[in-house]
Amino acid sequence: MSYKFSDTSEKRFQKMLEVFPDKRSLILPCLYILQRENGFVDQEGMNYIADRLGDPISLAQIYGVATFYTLYNKKPVGKYHIQICGTSSCYLQGNDRIEKHLCDRLGIHLGQTTPDQKFTLEEVECLGACGYAPMVQINDDFYEQLTPETVDQILESLN
Amino acid sequence: MAEMKILTKYIDNPKSTELEFYESVHGYDGLKKALAMKPDDIIAEVKKSGLRGRGGAGFPTGLKWSFIPKDIPKPKYIICNADEGEPGTFKDRKLIENLPHQIIEGMIIGARAINSNKGFFYIRGEFQKGAKTMQKAIDEAYAKGYLGKNILDSGFDFDLILYEGAGAYICGEETALINSIEGRRGHPRLKPPFPAVSGLYRSPTVVNNVETFSAIPHIIDKGADWYSKIGTEKSPGTRLFSVSGNVKRPGVYEIELGTPLLELVNDLCGGITDDKPLKAVIPGGSSVPILTAEECKTANMDFESMAAHKTMLGSGAVIVLAEGADIVETTYRFARFYAHESCGQCTPCREGTHWVRDILSKIRDGEGTTQDIDLILSLSRNMEGGTTICPLSDACVGAVRPAIQKFRSEFDARLKVKPEPVVELRRRKEDKISESVVAEGQKTP
Repeated sequence: MSYKFSDTSEKRFQKMLEVFPDKRSLILPCLYILQRENGFVDQEGMNYIADRLGDPISLAQIYGVATFYTLYNKKPVGKYHIQICGTSSCYLQGNDRIEKHLCDRLGIHLGQTTPDQKFTLEEVECLGACGYAPMVQINDDFYEQLTPETVDQILESLN
Repeated sequence: MAEMKILTKYIDNPKSTELEFYESVHGYDGLKKALAMKPDDIIAEVKKSGLRGRGGAGFPTGLKWSFIPKDIPKPKYIICNADEGEPGTFKDRKLIENLPHQIIEGMIIGARAINSNKGFFYIRGEFQKGAKTMQKAIDEAYAKGYLGKNILDSGFDFDLILYEGAGAYICGEETALINSIEGRRGHPRLKPPFPAVSGLYRSPTVVNNVETFSAIPHIIDKGADWYSKIGTEKSPGTRLFSVSGNVKRPGVYEIELGTPLLELVNDLCGGITDDKPLKAVIPGGSSVPILTAEECKTANMDFESMAAHKTMLGSGAVIVLAEGADIVETTYRFARFYAHESCGQCTPCREGTHWVRDILSKIRDGEGTTQDIDLILSLSRNMEGGTTICPLSDACVGAVRPAIQKFRSEFDARLKVKPEPVVELRRRKEDKISESVVAEGQKTP
């Protein structure tokens, strides 16, 4: 098995074992560690988590959790994961224009990754920034009240 | 009109997240007072204040705390629900990112009241900035002795753990949230048993919203009498409203409960974008029935007035639609949201939300017929009123049915086969009756 927690993650893992009354609670945080270190959650990594947590937690349970939650990427994404909010408040404030601009600019459709693996563009449901729409989340950061011009500036700033 | 800033008084201060600043503006004074009180007296004070939960359901907070059994040996847990995800709602994020210590203080007071030694701050996974701010504040509070063992030499211990959700709206429902902390899929649990009896790790648990916890330090510090004088009799206090949609200044505003809806929209938010006339307002998040411009004239932002208008204050999300806004597309997007977020446990929700979304998509694209609208209305009757474990499918109905009923002409205008005018229908019915009378008459000898 080639995947293994980094030293920092291992320390976090040991601390979590002390903190939580039930080690089952570690499934979600462990999947986050896997995703942050690996880019996405794959079977090998999930096997490793199942192995580390041990009985009674099985790979099937970890897989069930990983597939339920949308923030765990089940396949690789680009270096910059752009998620555009398409829910009603963002729609009322003009997200369509930003969505089209992003597709044109990156030369891809929603759900696709650019050939250089730099950008993945997805439309997602509510990101909780309704008053500052239109908005996108790129990796961990929110970019709000976007115009086509600010979108261009943001894309240029990402290397 | 002006805002009434109690919870958000220091929200714009650049140092608002720092412990030192928070202490300089009477932060943790409420906790100090609470630690000198008996747990039952804290609950009594919160009950007396009349504070109602700010997450959506509006259940009285003190009453919720009083349901925790006192004489069982199991540990008790307290959870802050920061899984804000209802479309239109973004008020908690502002509190999390700017005033984390206020929430922590409220949680410690709550923990003291129910005698809990361990709490969880469950934050939605997308709020990475908020999670970092919160973790920093938790660390500061530990270092200063507000968290951990023997808090401020009171003999009371309380640990607070930050837990990140992973992108599931349903985890805002308290039992789904509990399942999520337990490392399971976010499937809501059947109630009863209620979390107060059997919640996290099958132990008594209290789950409250970010804004609810934020109000607690003020209630304890300044007293229930002071708090209950603000707002209306049955809806005391202030509330944060997150306004989005077609207004000039969308954002989060803290106002006294009972304030007229149009004052919020016209005064604080600067009126409608491009000075267009108002078309409709969704007053409490996507799941609550929409109000027409006419209904908005008499609606006040409190629980009673909203109930009188057959809608709700919900999560405090005000979504404003200007004249010209596409109600069909807006409704379709709400249905799409609920279809995407259904956990799949209950058939009426799993099938119903997807079906409603698909029909609305058809209508939006000009491929629908009158029967399609009737089908949505018929379907919605099977998706509500206790046919499912949690209210997600009710929420979908709340977003879709009133929009169709109040703006039917706009849905009709998009149909492929246009519905016949009412006069025409009546004439045909009358013709049929007269035909049958004639037929009956012919049979008579």
